[in-house]
Amino acid sequence: MEIQTRKEKVAVVVSVKGRMDAVTAPEFEKNVIDLISKGEKTFVVNLGELDYISSAGLRSILALAKKLKEREGKIIFAGLRGPVEEVFKISGFSSMFKIFDSEETALREI
Amino acid sequence: MRLLLNIKLPAKLENLGRWMNGVSECARVQGFDEKKIGKIELALEEALVNICKYSYPDEPGDAEVSCKQDNGRFIIEIVDSGIPFDMTSLPAPDVTSSIEERKIGGLGIFLIKKMVNDVSYRREGNFNILKLTMKRDEEK
Repeated sequence: MEIQTRKEKVAVVVSVKGRMDAVTAPEFEKNVIDLISKGEKTFVVNLGELDYISSAGLRSILALAKKLKEREGKIIFAGLRGPVEEVFKISGFSSMFKIFDSEETALREI
Repeated sequence: MRLLLNIKLPAKLENLGRWMNGVSECARVQGFDEKKIGKIELALEEALVNICKYSYPDEPGDAEVSCKQDNGRFIIEIVDSGIPFDMTSLPAPDVTSSIEERKIGGLGIFLIKKMVNDVSYRREGNFNILKLTMKRDEEK
């Protein structure tokens, strides 16, 4: 898994590439927690290049979303495709979170 | 029924990749497409992570994964000698709740059931045996 973060005017964009599984999900969670503790509250997570996600990844995402809710922050998603999109759908994450086709739309609509 | 693969390793997350790679390669050779292999990998990860985290609370132990092929059916058996635990009996999570209400966890077995054609659990002597069946020619 590769993670890239970039600060935009309205949000921090976190792009995740590869596989988010039980071994790699904690790394993603830690990355975002570090940014939250630095005061960031709004995140666009670009999953356009994520090939695989398991319940460990969903668990990390939910933990982050709960943390951000407490701080009146926000986490939204962009670019989901293939198996990742399917896992989001069947686990109810597609209705729990705002999801946009592209990072650009997500940044515009946030 | 033909045995295709058998990998017994300590039940630790660091070994996840070896089981996953072994089983995917095996399914690929059996003619499963990449979409179905992705589903097999997800079901296998969920089952193994559960064993690595909860089966051996006191002393470390092993998990053994075997793959068999039978007339278009790919059967994965995951065996551990940890505490008796039937993950198929867990209640389904509420997938309609909000971020605040949604409980963390409980998605593993739910995903397994969605990914493969059949899941069953049995206890034999000191062993937990979880059996996942994926059919090559049927949609899932």
